[in-house]
Amino acid sequence: MKSTQILIAGFGGQGILFAGKFLAYKGLVEEQQVSWLPSYGPEMRGGTANCSIILSDSPVGSPIITNPDVLVAMNLPSLMKYVDAVVPGGKIFIDSTLITEKVERKDVEVFYIPASAMAKDAGFTTLANMVLMGKLIKETSVVSFENNQQTFEKFIPAKKVNLIEQNCQALQAGYDF
Amino acid sequence: MAVVFEKPKALTDAVLHYCPGCPHGIIHRLVAEVIDELGIEGKTIGVAPVGCAVMAYDYFACDMIEAPHGRAPAVATGVKRSRPENVVFTYQGDGDLASIGMAETVHSAARNENITVIFVNNAIYGMTGGQMAPTSLPGQVTQTSPYGRDVKHCGWPIRVCEMLSTLEGPEYVARVAVNNVKNVKNAKKAIKKAFENQIAGKGFSLVEVVSACPTNWGMTPQKALEWVESDMLPYYPIGVYKDRSSTKEGQE
Amino acid sequence: MAERVLMKGNEAIAEAAIRAGCRHYFGYPITPQTEIAAYMAKKMPKIGGVFLQAESEIASINMVYGAAAAGVRVMTSSSSPGISLKTEGLSYIAGSDVPAFVVNVQRGGPGLGGIQPSQSDYFQATKGGGHGDYRMIVLAPASVQEMASLTIKGFNLADKYLMTAMILADGTIGQMMEPISFEDAEIENYEKPWALTGTNCERKHNIVNSLYLQPDQLEIKNFERYERYKLVEQNETMWEEYMMEDAQYCVVAFGIAARVAKNAVVAARAEGIKVGLIRPITLWPFPTAPLAAAADKVDGFISVELNMGQMIEDIRLATQCKKPVGLCNRTGGMIPSPDQVLQSIRNAQKGVY
Repeated sequence: MKSTQILIAGFGGQGILFAGKFLAYKGLVEEQQVSWLPSYGPEMRGGTANCSIILSDSPVGSPIITNPDVLVAMNLPSLMKYVDAVVPGGKIFIDSTLITEKVERKDVEVFYIPASAMAKDAGFTTLANMVLMGKLIKETSVVSFENNQQTFEKFIPAKKVNLIEQNCQALQAGYDF
Repeated sequence: MAVVFEKPKALTDAVLHYCPGCPHGIIHRLVAEVIDELGIEGKTIGVAPVGCAVMAYDYFACDMIEAPHGRAPAVATGVKRSRPENVVFTYQGDGDLASIGMAETVHSAARNENITVIFVNNAIYGMTGGQMAPTSLPGQVTQTSPYGRDVKHCGWPIRVCEMLSTLEGPEYVARVAVNNVKNVKNAKKAIKKAFENQIAGKGFSLVEVVSACPTNWGMTPQKALEWVESDMLPYYPIGVYKDRSSTKEGQE
Repeated sequence: MAERVLMKGNEAIAEAAIRAGCRHYFGYPITPQTEIAAYMAKKMPKIGGVFLQAESEIASINMVYGAAAAGVRVMTSSSSPGISLKTEGLSYIAGSDVPAFVVNVQRGGPGLGGIQPSQSDYFQATKGGGHGDYRMIVLAPASVQEMASLTIKGFNLADKYLMTAMILADGTIGQMMEPISFEDAEIENYEKPWALTGTNCERKHNIVNSLYLQPDQLEIKNFERYERYKLVEQNETMWEEYMMEDAQYCVVAFGIAARVAKNAVVAARAEGIKVGLIRPITLWPFPTAPLAAAADKVDGFISVELNMGQMIEDIRLATQCKKPVGLCNRTGGMIPSPDQVLQSIRNAQKGVY
């Protein structure tokens, strides 16, 4: 039984839920078992936001993640809140443009990606989230890196299809980092 | 032998439970006559209130539903939105429509819900034995205002027609009375118009019928009708308060 | 098998309702169920249906009452404080014997409470809420797929037994996305000769009413209604058993709590503890029979709930207190972790409940 629990956390407006949705749809396309659980309520509007995604080869039990295998942190409060919850041997992905602190734990693998700076330099300022997803896929292989375009088409509304290309570029930038 | 007077077909044979001298019988009859004249009994659905008219479902021969206290306009909305081809009316008293059901009243009017509302205002809660209503007059003695309605303590009576007429929504808002023959005749015209408006798809029509409650006012029926004229109508003037289509109909 | 799509639990309810033939939705916004209203607002006008945002929960349940009396499939949805306001209408709907479908995506209470997931309306849903002798069929989905399937089932049961079917979900199941597939909805059609359609001057008038001033008449009505409820108990009780064959301990949980509990059961089995799970799918009627049977086999029960312990009373009744029943709970919008449930299971093994 293979099951990966991924927690993505940051501020509202950073595309936390969107990044999670992308992973969930990747899982759906690949016929994995999937759950996607957002934090909800007023905190969505500018406060902390997080999103729990479970990808598994068997039916997902609880969709609530207490000890993630993978943590993606897009601001310092989120990193502080969840860093100790990550399972030993787990992986942590950090937007190092926004978080300058280093993780002290030695039993986890940490990846520092200047995702916000990379996104800004490449001309898609708001897509640091997808840069991180690219790196996450590279390092975890939790989903394949194929068919990204088709995955986006499944959940990006028709009037916004023009955004798909940039999202794919952001993923690629992270994947190649 | 020629029949010169008969019960409207839209009323059943059930014996009305109303007190002697209560104008509810007249108002039921007016509604039923209008239903007969418009030939709509077979497609009319009535909504009974909580209050003296609660058992109106036994008296009208059309399909009927009994609503929770104050909710008749919401229930009517549910019926009408499910069966727009039917004619839907509510029959409500002052406590039901203007106190507990004020939100439903205002919002169904604001939506211009295509229903007909018959609002019987007799300035008192009748069924529960004569308590102060939202339309009880200043100084009026009731079981719960035994020293007379003190407006400093419990506020002023609400003029429903005036208030609703400030809304953009409703098609037709009129106040009539049933205290004399002339007013009864005019009341019927207004009620008929309120049903015709619905049939024509024009929207929310409310007819406030200023009525009497001899039993709980502690008056003879005759005295009660005189009190309507002397005390009620000055505070609740008869008239058409809103008529989107034409300004003069429904009243002479 | 139909195509798998990812959907939020709330959206799955809305889509399933439409597939079940519901064309009338009346509601009022409240977190965490607003996606249902949003979905209906978007879809209904395109399929000739009615979406109407009412002025209050009270008005919306009464619109449901009117539409149900008019013979159409109709629904409303809300969350805990909003359901409290709807209970008046639910009582009238019960007393008038018309079918309705109501969704409660629970949040923490009492009062304004919070907006995080909860199961603290168990009493309200299963024991009444509104006044008078009445029951509702209470369905407790534990997945997005069940949000859809139990919605379709709920509409059918409401029509079959002329009563309210309520989905008792929680914020987690409402907000989460999981893959689901919509099989063709099996819509059961029941004649509604009692409905308000207009007499067409061809029949005696239909009256939809809950007022009976003669107590003997009201008693007869209530007895009749409870005969119908008996049939629901006999025919419609649903539950899931998981690893119960050789179980020495039985965890009882519904909805999201059952998902958490299942993880704990798997973990406990890995430690060699023989534990199983009974998940009520209908909370009313409550699955008394499997619990009574389990009471003869297991050493004890653990009720896992997102409240201060409400279902635990029904477990004790069903098992006639033959075995101890422990409570593993969080409340106020908190959710027990699998570890917390696992600890309760370990405690049970030591005889601590």
